[in-house]
Amino acid sequence: MTHFRSVLNCFNLLVVAPILVGVLAVGCQGGGSGTGGSGEPKKSGGGASTGPIKIGHFASMTGGTANFGQSCDKGARLAIQEINAAGGVLGRPVELITEDDRSQSTEARTSALKLIQQDKVVALIGEVASSNSIAAAPVAQQAQIPMVSPASTNPEVTEKGDYIFRICFIDPFQGEVMAKFGYNSLGKKSAAIFTDVKSAYSVGLAKYFKETFTQLGGTITAEEAYSAKDIEFKAQLTKIRGTNPEILFVPGYYEEVGLIARQARELGLSAVMLGGDGWDSPKTMEVGGAAIEGAYFSNHYASDDPNPVIQDFIIKFKAAHGGEVPDAMAVLGYDVLRLVVDAIGRAGSTEGPKIRDALAATKDFPGVSGSITIDALRNARKALVVLKIENGALKFAERVEP
Amino acid sequence: MTEFLQQLINGVAWGSIYALIALGYTMVYGVLRLINFAHGDVYMVGAMAGFYLTRWLGWGGQADSLHFILILLASMLICGLLGFIIERAAYRPLRNRSKLTALITAIGVSLLLENGGQVIFGADPKFFPTLIENKPIFQSGGLIITNIQLIIIVVSLVLMTALQYVIFQTKTGRAMRAVSFSHDASRLMGIDIDAVISWTFVVGSMLAAAAGILVGLSNPKIEPLMGLLPGLKAFVAAVLGGVGNIPGAVLGALILGISETMVSGYLSSTYRDAIAFVLLVVILLFKPAGLLGKAVPEKV
Amino acid sequence: MIDHRRDFIRNLGLGVAGLLVLFALNYLMETAFSGYIARIVILSGISITLAVSLNLINGYTGQFSLGHAGFMAVGAYVSAGLSFYLGNLAKPGHGAWMEFLVRTLHLPEGMAGVLFFACCAYLGGVAASLTGLLVGVPTLRLKGDYLAIVTLGFGEIIRVILLNTRSVGGSLGFSDIPGTGSPHSIFENPFIWVFGTAAITIIVSRNMVESTRGRAFLAVRDDEVAAESVGISTTRYKVTAFIVSAFFAGVAGALAAHYDSYLNPETFNFMKSIEVVVMVVLGGMGSLTGVTLAAIMLTVLPELLRASGPLRMVIYSILLIVLMLVRPQGLLGNRTRKPRRRRNPEEAKA
Repeated sequence: MTHFRSVLNCFNLLVVAPILVGVLAVGCQGGGSGTGGSGEPKKSGGGASTGPIKIGHFASMTGGTANFGQSCDKGARLAIQEINAAGGVLGRPVELITEDDRSQSTEARTSALKLIQQDKVVALIGEVASSNSIAAAPVAQQAQIPMVSPASTNPEVTEKGDYIFRICFIDPFQGEVMAKFGYNSLGKKSAAIFTDVKSAYSVGLAKYFKETFTQLGGTITAEEAYSAKDIEFKAQLTKIRGTNPEILFVPGYYEEVGLIARQARELGLSAVMLGGDGWDSPKTMEVGGAAIEGAYFSNHYASDDPNPVIQDFIIKFKAAHGGEVPDAMAVLGYDVLRLVVDAIGRAGSTEGPKIRDALAATKDFPGVSGSITIDALRNARKALVVLKIENGALKFAERVEP
Repeated sequence: MTEFLQQLINGVAWGSIYALIALGYTMVYGVLRLINFAHGDVYMVGAMAGFYLTRWLGWGGQADSLHFILILLASMLICGLLGFIIERAAYRPLRNRSKLTALITAIGVSLLLENGGQVIFGADPKFFPTLIENKPIFQSGGLIITNIQLIIIVVSLVLMTALQYVIFQTKTGRAMRAVSFSHDASRLMGIDIDAVISWTFVVGSMLAAAAGILVGLSNPKIEPLMGLLPGLKAFVAAVLGGVGNIPGAVLGALILGISETMVSGYLSSTYRDAIAFVLLVVILLFKPAGLLGKAVPEKV
Repeated sequence: MIDHRRDFIRNLGLGVAGLLVLFALNYLMETAFSGYIARIVILSGISITLAVSLNLINGYTGQFSLGHAGFMAVGAYVSAGLSFYLGNLAKPGHGAWMEFLVRTLHLPEGMAGVLFFACCAYLGGVAASLTGLLVGVPTLRLKGDYLAIVTLGFGEIIRVILLNTRSVGGSLGFSDIPGTGSPHSIFENPFIWVFGTAAITIIVSRNMVESTRGRAFLAVRDDEVAAESVGISTTRYKVTAFIVSAFFAGVAGALAAHYDSYLNPETFNFMKSIEVVVMVVLGGMGSLTGVTLAAIMLTVLPELLRASGPLRMVIYSILLIVLMLVRPQGLLGNRTRKPRRRRNPEEAKA
């Protein structure tokens, strides 16, 4: 009989558990959004026809890549303020709803779904990390809600469907440009590559750099790896030092680059450091100090560019965030939101398919990160600038058109 | 050969950073048999306290060893207080419960410090001010040792000796050892076990703060999740050496540091973490109680 | 004999009733809930399987495993890899198994999909339990926290290997895994699969412990030396617990893989293992109902807390601490666990 009771208990549990989950989950429905405005009655289709136009942002606000998500959100929020101060779009204000995905792909998908179904956003912004964008893309595609990634550079992201866009360059372009820059412009013939294995961005950039550099006739002396959040790189750098490269290519993020530069110089490694747009942050110079002087990286824009769009943005961002200098993610967050709102304006509608068409037709949109044209593969065609770090500031070195 | 020696130096320096964190870990474990999961996060708070104090006092501009010592002490004080509060609020109420219960609150405290840190400090990395200038003190044919590397090694050895002395030669230390054997018997012997445990936590957290500041100096980039992986690795090191054993923690940390470095240097930096864990598994298979841990025979 | 037959009929009846309930709830899921709510329900179901299976090791057998994410990863990647490389009729050279089912056995597409998915998930589970065996056998000399660290190490080794395996996506993640929207309806009714698996996990672990021989697990937990002295092979029971537990963790991983059609090695880092341990302890070690409740709670809670914006995870961690302080024995810890003399583990040895 105990056996019977136990089986019965199991079934009790079985029946009760899903019901319980259901009840709790329905509770989430009332749970609402990050920034309020969820209590309204639901309407199907591309959002309500009155009230603010909602745009969703799923971002890593906590967890491993929180610095990128937080930064991107700051940029997007600045854009929202400006847009609403100028009267919004289609005569309605714009509301940005940010959901945190804890830097995890499963949560990225959940957040995107929540924004689309509970908050009824008309467009999605996100994510910085390519892996999280890829995880969430099918959700947006299925719901026919356009999703624009500010900074996912892996080519695969926009291949997930015709509702998925991005406003940054893709890895092959950037890797190729930096390899050519090192080989032709700097005249260096050997390079070592130091990759962040945890980041798809870094792995991709390294791959394309290597391809182009070897095609040009250069040699890759060493390929070493680190993991995001590491603080000790001396073992790999000592090994790289032994191979005597002329270039040290570090396709990583600003979090680690400064430390890598420091430790490389401590070990007496004198190769010229090259990198990608992941370097763009005042932190690179702050942590790197004298060690990072003379390094080059590719970027979307040059902060010493006299273009008023750029200078205006820098001033406004500093004013809004206590003098903090914007990094690449803030710039891209600002641009991506303005582009989406612009597309809504051009579509004259909040319906997903129409916004999608307007996004696909984007031509020469004046972003801070450069003039953005969306190509047939829904990638941004943008010029790329190579910057040099000199006296703790960024100096324009070269401009490459796509 | 030069490269090998340089890698050895790198490994010892990196291992002594693990050692600094592992010391506090192992001490708390030795007394309470509790994996203080939040230790790595207290280490983060220590570094953050140092960062904000320096900025608040405007001492970031130049290297000054007096400033360094003052900041170090202040940060240790702050973390000592934090350790005291954590023990009071999250661990003491569960003292008579199973160890696992306290482990969960420890995880809770760890998550709280990490997530709270990301809200309060922001998730962006911060540059730890150069309180002591990092310069090579020995340099010969590609072999380089910096002053901070040396300071860290010396400090971890000194702390190890001091802790060993406190635990085996002083009255407080005897009380700690008694508590680690049996709470009830210690109480019967007139030991104020609440006070002993509080002190253990305070000292453990102060050690974490010292580690935070020193790591901030040698690898000057700090952020709210900085304690997550080093904390885990330091615990691994403590286990490797025989958890609860103080020289064992330092030995385990050095082995871990050297093996990680040698794996990156001579095998594959891509598989570094995996190989380091393989080494750990192999060592524990042959020495199931860690390198210096005593295998306690089970009696009935 | 008669008793046995009656039990069998009852079990059968209950089984049929359970299935009917599942189908009814599945219908409800598809009609009444939005995709977001449905997703939370499914994720809860996967958590239940994970937590209940870990409970076999940590709750019933008293061993401290911190490597559950590793087992989950093995199951997820094996199942995903099999279906991606052998079940994709649309891709030339990628559909060997499906081809066999559809073209050689002439099964209807729907049935082929079900059969195919069951195969993949099952093999994922088997692969995970082989890993469990691999981890379990050599590490059983280790006790307590040493065992925890070694299992954690195994989990991390698995993660690093996956991170560097390009054929399953590496750091970019493994995408386009055949799943819910894919052709041949490979994973059509996630709700039934997920809760069916959860049910089987619960029943198996309950029956394992409720049986006479199964009591040995509890004996190993409560006093290993005493268990050994009455002739219980502690090693055998520990290894069994590892194998069965890893199997279900692997299947849970497979379900997660096909549900999202996407996998990333970082999902399976040690924080995931810790999350599952938290579910088991918070639920009350060894209490199936408690562990199930805790699994649901810890999956739903972060979603409920979305309303609190940036403070979400801060509140989550505070709640976790408070819950543990208020109910140190776990949510339902006292109900199934028999009262035992409280004792200090160190004293037991002396």
